[in-house]
Amino acid sequence: MWASLASHLAYHVTTVINSVCVCVCVCVCVCVCVCVCVCVCVYRKIELYEMGWSLRDGLKECLVAAAPYGGPIALLRQPQRPSSSARPQLEIYSSSGANMASFPWKSGPVRQLGWTVCDDLLCIQEDGTVLIYDLFGAFKRHFSMGNEVVQNQVLEAKVFHSPYGTGVAIVTGASRFTLATNIDDLKLRRLPEVPGLQGAPSCWVVLTQDRQTKVLLANGVDLYILDNTSCTPVVRQTQTTYSLLCLIILALSPLTVCVFQTPPGLSPQACSIVNMAVSFSYKYLALFTDSGHLWMGSANLKDKLSEVDTKVRTPPKQMVWCRRPKSQQPSVVIMWDRLLLVAGECTDTIQYTLDEESVCVAELDGVRIIGGSRHELLQEVPSACQDIFKIASMAPGALLLEAHKEYEKSSQKADEYLREIKEQSVLGEAVRQCVEAAGYEHEPETQKTLLRAASFGKCFLSNYPPEPFVSMCRDLKVLNSVREYTVGIPLTHTQYKQMTVQVLIDRLVYRKLYPLAIEICRYLKTPEYQGVSRVLKHWACCKVQQKEEPDESIAHAVSVKLGEAAGISYSEIAARAYECGRTELAIKLLEFEPRSGEQVPLLLKMKRSQLALSKAIESGDTDLVYTVVTYLKNEMNRGDFFMTLRNQPVALSLYRQFCKHQEQDTLKDLFNQDDDHQELGNFYVKASYKEKKLEARLSLLQSAVDEYNKAKNEFAAKATEEEMKLLRFQRRLDEEKGEALLGLSLQETLHALLTSNFHKQAEQLYRDFRVPDKRYWWLKLTALAEKDDWEEMEKFAKSKKSPIGYLPFVEVCVKQHNKYEAKKYVSKVTPEQKVKAHLAIGDLEGAAEAAIERRSEGEISTVLSRCSPTTDRALLERLNRARSTAAKK
Amino acid sequence: MAHSVRRDAPELPDFSLLKRLARDQLIYLLEQLPGRKDLFIEADLMSPLDRIANVTTLKQHDVDKLYKVEHKPIVSTSDQLCFLIRPRIKTVKWICDVVNADKAFGRFRRYKIIFSPQKFYACENLLEEQGIFGDVTTDEWSFYLLPLDDDIISLELPEFFRDYFLEGDQRWVRTAGSALHLLHSVYGPFSKVYGIGRCSKMAYESWREQVEEGEQRARQAEIGNVFLIDRDVDLVTPLCSQVVYEGLVDDIFRIKCGCVEFCPDVTSSDKSIKVMLNSQDKVFNEIRNEHFSQVFGFLSQKARNLQTAYDKRSGMNIKQMKTFVSEELKGLKQEHRLLSLHIGASESMMKKKTKQDFQELLKTEHSLLEGFEIRECISYIEEHINRQVSMVESMRLLCLLSLTENGLLPKDYRSLKAQFLQSYGIEHLLTFSNLKQLGLLVEQQPGETLTVMESRVGKLVNDKTAGKLTDAFSSLAKKSNFRALGRRLNLVPKSDEEYDLRVPRDMAYIFSGAYIPLSCKLIEQVLERDGWTGLEEVTRMLNGHEFAVTAGSNGSDARVKTDSQRIILVMFLGGCTFSEISALRFLGREKGIKFIVVTTAITNSARLLESMLDNHA
Repeated sequence: MWASLASHLAYHVTTVINSVCVCVCVCVCVCVCVCVCVCVCVYRKIELYEMGWSLRDGLKECLVAAAPYGGPIALLRQPQRPSSSARPQLEIYSSSGANMASFPWKSGPVRQLGWTVCDDLLCIQEDGTVLIYDLFGAFKRHFSMGNEVVQNQVLEAKVFHSPYGTGVAIVTGASRFTLATNIDDLKLRRLPEVPGLQGAPSCWVVLTQDRQTKVLLANGVDLYILDNTSCTPVVRQTQTTYSLLCLIILALSPLTVCVFQTPPGLSPQACSIVNMAVSFSYKYLALFTDSGHLWMGSANLKDKLSEVDTKVRTPPKQMVWCRRPKSQQPSVVIMWDRLLLVAGECTDTIQYTLDEESVCVAELDGVRIIGGSRHELLQEVPSACQDIFKIASMAPGALLLEAHKEYEKSSQKADEYLREIKEQSVLGEAVRQCVEAAGYEHEPETQKTLLRAASFGKCFLSNYPPEPFVSMCRDLKVLNSVREYTVGIPLTHTQYKQMTVQVLIDRLVYRKLYPLAIEICRYLKTPEYQGVSRVLKHWACCKVQQKEEPDESIAHAVSVKLGEAAGISYSEIAARAYECGRTELAIKLLEFEPRSGEQVPLLLKMKRSQLALSKAIESGDTDLVYTVVTYLKNEMNRGDFFMTLRNQPVALSLYRQFCKHQEQDTLKDLFNQDDDHQELGNFYVKASYKEKKLEARLSLLQSAVDEYNKAKNEFAAKATEEEMKLLRFQRRLDEEKGEALLGLSLQETLHALLTSNFHKQAEQLYRDFRVPDKRYWWLKLTALAEKDDWEEMEKFAKSKKSPIGYLPFVEVCVKQHNKYEAKKYVSKVTPEQKVKAHLAIGDLEGAAEAAIERRSEGEISTVLSRCSPTTDRALLERLNRARSTAAKK
Repeated sequence: MAHSVRRDAPELPDFSLLKRLARDQLIYLLEQLPGRKDLFIEADLMSPLDRIANVTTLKQHDVDKLYKVEHKPIVSTSDQLCFLIRPRIKTVKWICDVVNADKAFGRFRRYKIIFSPQKFYACENLLEEQGIFGDVTTDEWSFYLLPLDDDIISLELPEFFRDYFLEGDQRWVRTAGSALHLLHSVYGPFSKVYGIGRCSKMAYESWREQVEEGEQRARQAEIGNVFLIDRDVDLVTPLCSQVVYEGLVDDIFRIKCGCVEFCPDVTSSDKSIKVMLNSQDKVFNEIRNEHFSQVFGFLSQKARNLQTAYDKRSGMNIKQMKTFVSEELKGLKQEHRLLSLHIGASESMMKKKTKQDFQELLKTEHSLLEGFEIRECISYIEEHINRQVSMVESMRLLCLLSLTENGLLPKDYRSLKAQFLQSYGIEHLLTFSNLKQLGLLVEQQPGETLTVMESRVGKLVNDKTAGKLTDAFSSLAKKSNFRALGRRLNLVPKSDEEYDLRVPRDMAYIFSGAYIPLSCKLIEQVLERDGWTGLEEVTRMLNGHEFAVTAGSNGSDARVKTDSQRIILVMFLGGCTFSEISALRFLGREKGIKFIVVTTAITNSARLLESMLDNHA
């Protein structure tokens, strides 16, 4: 389907301007418009389409709703023979009559059909329920206009559009009005009661004024304005029942005049109003009285534009405004069974006979008339077109068109016409007129003629800006392609400009005319993310709803088609697939989503938490991982949660980090779950340091020991046990001797003991904890030196052979600046360290002696480097000599 | 001292732009909370903030009082509180307490939290849990990069190392990616990206993602190539004692955010002085990359020159004197001041470092790097522990031993660990557990070593599966393979040759000629080969994750050696040391290229190991 449409479209778009277009189909007349003049205004009726539908009885017995802006048409056809079993048929057609949907109506009786601004069909039932269908007849949703309606029933309903969206207004059997200004944000407003109203009013309209929605209604001779809070009767100036009181108030305060609104200048013979119409922009109002008079004026009822006697007394079937923006002329189209009447400013009217049942659709710049076989557009002829095509017109545009015609015929008259335009120096104006007029023409041939003339005229202008011409060509190409019979959106240029390209694209997308939408985006060079990508996204969203196709092929089709488009959000498409209950497809589509941040939330929504977690981890975005983890934590039971984490180290470490700060106990559970005894042990050790009380501390350490044992980490277990032993020992000492030892390391404890002369206790520790001899000696040595307890040191040195040698003794003494004591130990130092020992106490000669004795070249050099050449000359010589002999060997 | 500087070395891009961007954004954010407000600043954001906007600037934008975040109840009287913090749970929790306390007190204030450089979901989640999400407004100050010097940019995220490499928390990876993206969008487009390590790869991917999301602008690139490297690719280098001047200053005095505080015995006065250390300091600029043994000579030469410059005065007439005073004297005075400071610093360092034990320490380190006399080294370390010289130093030596030897023998491991615990306290049981997890200090597996198994497996199956297996093994135990790497890349020069530190011949000079830093050697090799070809063996030993990608479409332009092609951005994920920066500067001079170092933080052995401690206060 795609391919055929695409090729068709390619053909179409490129040939719109250059080919004879099929959009006016069978109708062969070159100019279908019949222009008729009312006063200064000229009207024309253009045939848009010959309807493609085949309705046996035309539009008889049908409830019809057609959307503005060339929108779709909905028909609710009553069954031929009214019987209880036969159901009415709801049919949706495009403007050209191509069937889009058709199904039997199975719900309750429908009062009114209407279209929303985004092309959804509203079916307002008798019981006040409003059902919403899309363009293809798929049910979307429904809402109710209130409970009281169920009993009283809807008598009449209207669908209206305002800046706030699409609204619905109903009048119930109890003669009460209910309004909803925007059906997408439903707020029902029940309007106040209208005095003296029984049943439905004779006619009513919904007005949007000053950001307020009001109802204007006529009940026989009385006019009322209903707003949120009040019902204001409109008092006729001509009526004799004018109360004196009112007159007084009026006289006193001119400001109150506005309270008593009235259609000014409505003829006294007019009796009751039987029909009223409000213009597309809510600016103007038309009233039709049973005397056949038509009053036209502003919607606020302050100004009168004109009043026409139509001489027809039957109430009209339909009455709509037909007025293009900026036009000064009021004009209303009134339809009876066989008659169509255009009434303008003066008393003359134009009359058309209707040969079939028709419906009028108000447009921004005209009225569309839909009949059983034809679809026509009635509009005021734009001034540019009038100027050019008026018989014997001397307007610049007309002259230019003529010049171009002559030029085509290779006639020299072309030059004459051109000269004439140039003499008046209105060539620019002529080109502008031609371009503008081209925009108003529906027939591609005429468009082309006008554009060629414009282009011809442009050649003789040096500084005419090309933009209007180029953009008009573009617009027309787009317009012609959407007006085409198969598409069936008969937009005028004015409507198109009002509607914007974006909306047009949306409408095409909504009609699933994706190839055309894409071609238009490409042709207009719409930025990809607004244009092509957006269309493709919609296409994909639609594609995933095709239930009959397997997941694989859809995923493949989507990826192929969307592959290169920029700014596509696969997650949105996947979300749509998920909404349609196609989880597997959604997951497949998510694979294409390059941004993990988009994948994860949807995966979580689809309860694919495991997948979400791994995707989050893949993304490297820890915030995302954390989101999933928190989600899982709340969703799963603890055991499963931990098991999940266990398989995902990144998430696990993240969660651990979190627990470290927030939930210490969870951390413990986490380790427990993993049987990670080592970490548990560490955990207890860590906890023990936070604990102030010794008993608690010991018990924590005991737990740590148990865990370490389970982890088969004997070393750690033993170390911890020793720590406990040490703690107990320290406590005992603290209690006995008042030392503050608790918490010190073993070495620090020993040092503290030794410096405080608790040699016996130190000795005990040394044995109990199997402190290496070397360490103990070092400790005791430094402790004694720090206390300057030289006597004890000497005793200590003699007590046993030192495991660390005697050089440390020398060094420690020197450090405490006691060379005298140091000297005592020099002799005990091993020969290898003698030199160092001598140097340490500053005995150069001794050092030299030792070095020479050892015949070590290196040591001699070390001593040499310490000698100064001035004071130790003799020594230097000796050393040098010794070195040379040592070197020889 | 004069290096043969290649004259065509390209100009470095101007990074002050980054500061301006950060300042403007901060001001914008502050103005989002109109009116007077008190500003609470996270402690470790204070110095970086100072480099971006000083107190006067802040006061100009309605900041009333400045407080440091101390996790204590606050005393502010202002009605508007603004918190400028890192996205840390602890700090956010404190803010929650502050807000809830106000609520309980019935006090109404407006609160705004500015997270730098970004906010995390966890933080917002906490605000929600504590029920104050609606009471505070949050914002992000995307202050990713702080230019510390012409060629050093820091993310100032010291916790990156621990969070990523130890805790396996990847939240900062995206930050690194964003930082790279910022550089790319301001100074890019980069033409080629090399990298090694898992984190590098993730940061690279995160950056690519951001590039694809954003729009592309064609611009003249100011930075050509990028090299990303994980800190755990080379853990040996940061654990070595630094002997280059700048590194040594960092080791001893701790340079903080490009600024050092010299204590009174350096300044030879009674107060400490804060000094900015960067290329603006002419004296420092000349000695920062020198081996310490050369610095003194240089400084005395400098002093003599200065004296001569001063002495010029004597023979001057009045006019000359006038120009001298107006033009030169100020510069000389400044130089004088700096010179005396650096001489003071050198003296103080000399005092500490020329002592016998430092020499022995260096000797042990070098033996470890070379793999000589390991038993002596072990007993040295043992004595070091026994004498409680310094906890961090002891740990550093243990780690170096383990890294260079591919783990300790079980016997040594146990006895050293036991002694360490006795010396420095049992709490280090946890530290050891951390070190083990990171692979800094491990026990050799009894029996067949993994390397053997791996190579056998590697022969049996194809490369791809072997890669996966390697991954699997590496999760069991991270090995350093230092010896094999050293041989392969010739990291340890032969020790019998005399190394002239005056005229360095390779990057080994930064470690007195004993060792070429692995990280820098890798960079050199990859740039030389324009990729990883020929280094397969090396990358296998480093656990892979290497990549080399030609970014962007201008692949053909990459061959053209424009100036920007010779500016290389090196990003260290997990921190780098000043020694490495010096080595890269040396390499740049040799090759006629310029390196820009981007690091998550400046680190050194002490900072690295301190981050491994479990602070249990």
